[in-house]
Amino acid sequence: MIKRLVLGEAGIGVALVVLAGFFVIAAPNFATEQNLRNIMTQITLNTVLAVGMTFVILVGGIDLSVGSAMALCAVVSGTMMAGSHSAVTLLGAILVSVLVGGVVGWINGFVSEQWRVPSFIVTLAMLNVARGAAERYTDAATIYNLPAALNDFGTLTLLGVPAVFWVALLLAGIGWFVLSRTVFGRLIYATGNNEEAVRLSGHKTSRIKIAAFMIAGLTVGIAAVLYMARLNIASPILGQGYELNAIAAVVIGGASLMGGRGSMAGTFLGACLLGVLTNGLLLMGVSDFERQIITGLVILVAVVLDAYRLRLARKLAVTQPAKEPVPATVAS
Amino acid sequence: MMTVTGLVKRFPGVVALDGVDLDIRAGEIHALVGENGAGKSTLVKALAGIHAPDAGTMTFDGVPYTPAGAADGLAAGISVVHQELALLPYLTVAENLFLRGLPRTAGVVDRKRLRADAARLLAEVGLDVAPDTPVERLGIAQMQLVEIAKAISTDCKLLIMDEPTATLTSREAGRLFGILRGLRERGVAIVYISHHLQEVLELADRVTVLRNGRSIETREMAGVTAPDLVRLMVGRDLAQEYPVKPPTAPGEVAIAVRELKVAGFEGPLSFSVRRGEVVGLAGLVGSGRTEAMRAIFGADPALSGNIELYGEKVHIRHPKDAVRHGISLLTEDRKSQGLVLDLPISANVTLAKLRGFLLRFGQERSLSEDLGRRLHLRSAGVGQHVRTLSGGNQQKVVLAKWLNAGSDILIVDEPTRGIDVGAKYEIHELLLGLAAEGKALIVVSSDLPELMGVCDRILVFSRGRIAGEVARPDFDAEHILTLAYSGYLKNGETQ
Repeated sequence: MIKRLVLGEAGIGVALVVLAGFFVIAAPNFATEQNLRNIMTQITLNTVLAVGMTFVILVGGIDLSVGSAMALCAVVSGTMMAGSHSAVTLLGAILVSVLVGGVVGWINGFVSEQWRVPSFIVTLAMLNVARGAAERYTDAATIYNLPAALNDFGTLTLLGVPAVFWVALLLAGIGWFVLSRTVFGRLIYATGNNEEAVRLSGHKTSRIKIAAFMIAGLTVGIAAVLYMARLNIASPILGQGYELNAIAAVVIGGASLMGGRGSMAGTFLGACLLGVLTNGLLLMGVSDFERQIITGLVILVAVVLDAYRLRLARKLAVTQPAKEPVPATVAS
Repeated sequence: MMTVTGLVKRFPGVVALDGVDLDIRAGEIHALVGENGAGKSTLVKALAGIHAPDAGTMTFDGVPYTPAGAADGLAAGISVVHQELALLPYLTVAENLFLRGLPRTAGVVDRKRLRADAARLLAEVGLDVAPDTPVERLGIAQMQLVEIAKAISTDCKLLIMDEPTATLTSREAGRLFGILRGLRERGVAIVYISHHLQEVLELADRVTVLRNGRSIETREMAGVTAPDLVRLMVGRDLAQEYPVKPPTAPGEVAIAVRELKVAGFEGPLSFSVRRGEVVGLAGLVGSGRTEAMRAIFGADPALSGNIELYGEKVHIRHPKDAVRHGISLLTEDRKSQGLVLDLPISANVTLAKLRGFLLRFGQERSLSEDLGRRLHLRSAGVGQHVRTLSGGNQQKVVLAKWLNAGSDILIVDEPTRGIDVGAKYEIHELLLGLAAEGKALIVVSSDLPELMGVCDRILVFSRGRIAGEVARPDFDAEHILTLAYSGYLKNGETQ
């Protein structure tokens, strides 16, 4: 029982509840229906990006290019749909956004696997390449006349919840399902834990890792569409620093940057925590600068607590087996 | 010079040392032998000041010795060369040697003096490399010598060597012995830990045998034989230690390897294994056995050669191909190559057979439990993480993984390394059981009695070639060892 509490996502869940409770008392207008919707809208993009980032981090990689790649997806897709009223064009442009994201992700994965370059370096390069490509594509211009239908979707609410947040929830749900219920998800965890053992068990680990980067790319493409739907523009300078927020959500959610440890539930709660923190501090009238300091400290505290939690877990695991081990069949 | 009485050290759930008496004299080489888990490492750590004992006393040079940490041990003149080398790869040899106190002039490292001091130490241990060489460029034996040089760089009175020859060739080991004898002449006391009884017999003046955390006996080496030591270590005779393979009618040829060449080894290698047969690969460490097996399995690329399964030529370029063809490889390093330590037993058991889209938890659980029962796996349930299992049980999980994958050809590399005697016997019986079911087994082992127990035939590797083949009726340790060394005796220099 103690082990469950210490090990699971419960810790971050408790932190989230405590934080929300604090803001209910301390921040005016925090506990209103409208503000809850605001928070949902605000965390949508980071949640979507963090879902993809979770896959990459689980296989021991990192993707620094998601913010720039998102801008590239947005300008390519935005240019295509700008001024059009056709539903086909709109759907085609959405598909193109997702496709561009997927290709960028595939390149990240392929280069780092094929030439054995750490993904940190590859995606750092991609961060620049994608940003430059986006600016080049529109000559640094911002695209304004996006289809009204897209913006309608961005402001739509279903059952009291913003439609864009439904998309984020759906993606997180799919991510959870893939990671915890499918063979591919198992191989993601196993590869992050011990790639050589997985390879020697007859699996092409390179493919698994490239797939993880591709998934991150696909979520980037989707995030770009959601961004355009919400703000009704596509700009080559959008998304700066988004990669770091996504990484922060995954890490606060308990993932290890060494790979093999983390969960979709944790990532989702991590994104929520960051969103609630930002929103609450804003309502309390805390300045932007102070807010950044506090956010930074929260990330630090989360990681330190997690390291401590892991040490405790290892200790529990070591002392746990009974002195006289029981055969598997009796115990279970 | 160092006297230890009634030393006790407890860890949660385990008594690692349960009353150890030890007395080490200046200018002697004192061997410490015992099975895995007998308490050797814990004793070393207590001597070095890393572990504080729970009871008992230590006296060093006539004064009570109660170190509060490793620094106190060093200050007192006790140096340890651990099994895992602790050098900084990107620093130079000289920097590594004097990391504890670099010579300085006005706060800046005095390169000239550093180099001179290092050169003197290196000459002392007979290591012929420039002090400015980065450690990463050295071979493993040279690194070991750097460790020894580092150990004697301080005023070392007691030098503890933990399994120093595990990774050395016999010639390198021979040189190491020369250096240790030189240190002995100078009055340094040396505690020498090794599994290689032959070395212990050759080198040590006295020997202390540990068993289950207790010191069983200390003897003068004169007149002691290897069987004596083994009897003291195990508490029973060696004869019972290995189940013996009953002769079987040879089946069809399961795997035939033809003219295999592996990078860095002479080769080419050709051999075959029949169904129901256990073929052992004997040889010294570094003779190319592991490399050849990895090439057959597709883990590393082979330069050339063919593999035939049941008379048909197959192409294996990736372990995936090997697994599909029913070949399995139980690697010599279970933890880093065989298991996913932070996943449960059940996930490890199914790892080599994971296909399709959805995980089937119910099936995974029941088949893991079945295999666990069959292999006498001891655990708190198939949900237990593999990291927390003992070595023997971890090996059983690897075995279960390959049985689940349905392999007919099993390549087993050092199946019982780091496993205690009881579990060893179980693993051997399991392997023989698999052979009796008609599977073909290749067993790589550096433990010759093990091979002589479980194998039908033994192929002896020497310097990347098969130096000879010995069938069960002709098994003779001396003959096999002679073959194993044969490649290294011809045309001078090796490696």
